Amino acid sequence: MEPQTNKILGIVTAGSVEKGVEVRLDSAASVEDMVVGRYVTIDGKKRRFFGMVTDISLGVTDQEIAIAPPDAADTFTAEVLEGTATYGALHVLPMLTIGGDADSVTEGPQPVKTVPSHFSKVKLASEQDMDLVFGKEDNSRFYIGNPLDMETKLCLNLEELVKRSNGIFGKSGTGKTFLTRLLLIGMLQKSKATNLIFDMHNEYGWAGSSEGGQRTVKALKPLFQSKVAVFTLDEENSRHRGVSTDFVVKIGYDEIEPEDIALLRQTLNLTEPAVEAVYQLRRRFGKDWIQKALEMSDSDETKDLLQQLNIHESTFQNLKRGLGTIRRLPFIVSHAPMNAVEGLLQYLERGVNVVLEFGRYRDTTTYMLVANMLARRIYNHYQQRMEASMAGNVTPPAPLVITIEEAHKFLNREIAGYTIFGTIAREMRKYNVTLLVVDQRPSAIDEEVMSQLGTKITCLLDNERDIDAVLAGVSGKNDLKTVLARLASKQQALIFGHAVPMPVAFRPRDWGTEESYKEFTHGGDAMKQAEKDIKDLFE
Amino acid sequence: MLTKIGEVIESNTTEFTVECYELYTMPPLGSLVRTADAPVEIYGIVCQAGTASIEPGRRPIARGKDETSEAAVYQSNPQLTKLLRSEFRVLVAGHRSDGKIYQYLPSVPAHIHSFIHLCSSKEVKEFSQSFDFLSILTSTRLPISIEDVIAATLREMSRTQTDPHAFLIAGGKSLTSILGSDYQRLKTILMRLRQ
Ligand SMILES: Nc1ncnc2c1ncn2[C@@H]1O[C@H](COP(=O)(O)OP(=O)(O)OP(=O)(O)O)[C@@H](O)[C@H]1O
Ligand SMILES: [Mg+2]
Repeated sequence: MEPQTNKILGIVTAGSVEKGVEVRLDSAASVEDMVVGRYVTIDGKKRRFFGMVTDISLGVTDQEIAIAPPDAADTFTAEVLEGTATYGALHVLPMLTIGGDADSVTEGPQPVKTVPSHFSKVKLASEQDMDLVFGKEDNSRFYIGNPLDMETKLCLNLEELVKRSNGIFGKSGTGKTFLTRLLLIGMLQKSKATNLIFDMHNEYGWAGSSEGGQRTVKALKPLFQSKVAVFTLDEENSRHRGVSTDFVVKIGYDEIEPEDIALLRQTLNLTEPAVEAVYQLRRRFGKDWIQKALEMSDSDETKDLLQQLNIHESTFQNLKRGLGTIRRLPFIVSHAPMNAVEGLLQYLERGVNVVLEFGRYRDTTTYMLVANMLARRIYNHYQQRMEASMAGNVTPPAPLVITIEEAHKFLNREIAGYTIFGTIAREMRKYNVTLLVVDQRPSAIDEEVMSQLGTKITCLLDNERDIDAVLAGVSGKNDLKTVLARLASKQQALIFGHAVPMPVAFRPRDWGTEESYKEFTHGGDAMKQAEKDIKDLFE
Repeated sequence: MLTKIGEVIESNTTEFTVECYELYTMPPLGSLVRTADAPVEIYGIVCQAGTASIEPGRRPIARGKDETSEAAVYQSNPQLTKLLRSEFRVLVAGHRSDGKIYQYLPSVPAHIHSFIHLCSSKEVKEFSQSFDFLSILTSTRLPISIEDVIAATLREMSRTQTDPHAFLIAGGKSLTSILGSDYQRLKTILMRLRQ
């Protein structure tokens, strides 16, 4: 049974800001009704506190009771002792002050800097308190899920969220992709940001798989036809899956830059000198350097050239093998008929979200090469436009959010310094481009990048290093660890950081039923209203 | 109108002794009684009772050798009811002044010859809305076990309640917080409370 919210659960008996407060449970409240993760309010003398139950324990006033407990059949004594000599205790971590002091009245919930005084009354948080903390669905707030065991909606201000790069984590199969799809829909409806999704596993365009591939669920395109364009690297695969695409991406040799190859050093097994040689060849041959390098035969001419460039023969062979791998990628052509970057920009600038499907080409080389190439060029474009707008002659571009799955591939310690994604993550939103990184191994991601993520959402993680990586720098880390460790293995997550006033464990909205689709597209009403407002503005 | 059952023959701040008007009419152990000394009426709990010879030096002798029952003994010796008297001892548990009940000691003890009444169910119910009087009882030392008296009191009071079980539980809880660290004592009382 859901305990009533206005009932007093207990009173504060001890505590500290750092460790949280001890609450002696009222004898009328049963420990078994309490749940870790539940939200409570504490009526202090001067302010109200909002906090979370992080532990529940049993206590006895006299050790003798534990040593010689009443007979199991003696329910009378047990009932008498319950709540008096034996009691339940809650450990509550106060997180916010809500009302009472001037700041929290004018600026909403504030982080706590003190503890409630002795014997302050503790109650379950009321609906109004929850709204104050978790937000109400409105034009910029998107309902993403429900705090665990609660009816209340957790609503994120997506306009605020996209101002920074964010991360979604969790071990395999915990619901990262489902959660990402949710956030994307949110952004699509409640923010002015457009999204570019590097969809390595073909889950965001038309359909995604559910329950380990036994079922398919709709993805973005069928729900938001006009707002989403599907690009593909693998036209044949798209046709095979019976889905239509808006653009087939081909990449010309002449579009590949030395930086793109440098990133692939590990995947292509290139030596350090081979990477240096790339730059020399580019200087020597210009845009067509790959084509030219691959065409170099075993002639004396070649030897002379290599000598001139100071490239060792074995280095050159090593490089050639690497370039050969790239050449064999089916979407690589000597000269692309249509420039993919321009294609992307055309859609993005119209506010259409783009999902780039990789089809069958899910190898690391392809993923890294393509995502990085395209993202860099698009980023450069945004950079120019932002600079132009700062100079004062054009409007700044609408914010762009780039979603990358398997983000550690681009953001690990070795290469985060070189990839465009590393740059974007570190620069925050200087050029109106931010990232949504999705990853199952956060410990593999560069610490600096992790620290720049504004909001993190994490599903269950079981590797200690991953947990530490995700929670690094968060206050109340130990308490959050407990919460994180207790998440269900699917469709439960912990969110903390910029977009929420305090960490919240929640259950993401259901995705995959007809009702769920209806609810998501219905949420578009607010969007339509916003569009209408804009139209009205210009008429 | 309440009927008086006896009057005070010995009194101090914490307790008084009552002599019954009729032989063997003392109220059960744990009963709530009160004086009718306006302006302050004193409430007390019956904690001990007894019957003995009026004259301390003269002990009763056995008389029933040829009788068939106890009642027959008294029938054959009508003077006995005059030679014996029943008394009971009362622990002061609170008082009423200006219509309000206070569960702590009154400022002055009961007068000798104060009339004593057995409280009605309604009055017991009213008095037992609070368990504060239990702390007076627990701190008393008696020749008999006070734990027995406390248990008897709560049992007596529970009869007047709509939910006797809940009443006993609530009383038990109050005792638990009063006795605090003395778990053994608490257990002794609780053992006598459970049905
Ligand atoms: N919000 C949700 N609604 C309905 N089902 C969900 C939801 N979240 C997770 N699930 C279930 O959990 C399964 C795993 O989710 P998902 O594919 O998002 O995991 P993942 O973390 O992306 O896994 P991987 O690391 O393998 O990519 C889904 O197939 C689905 O059955
Ligand atoms: Mg996934």
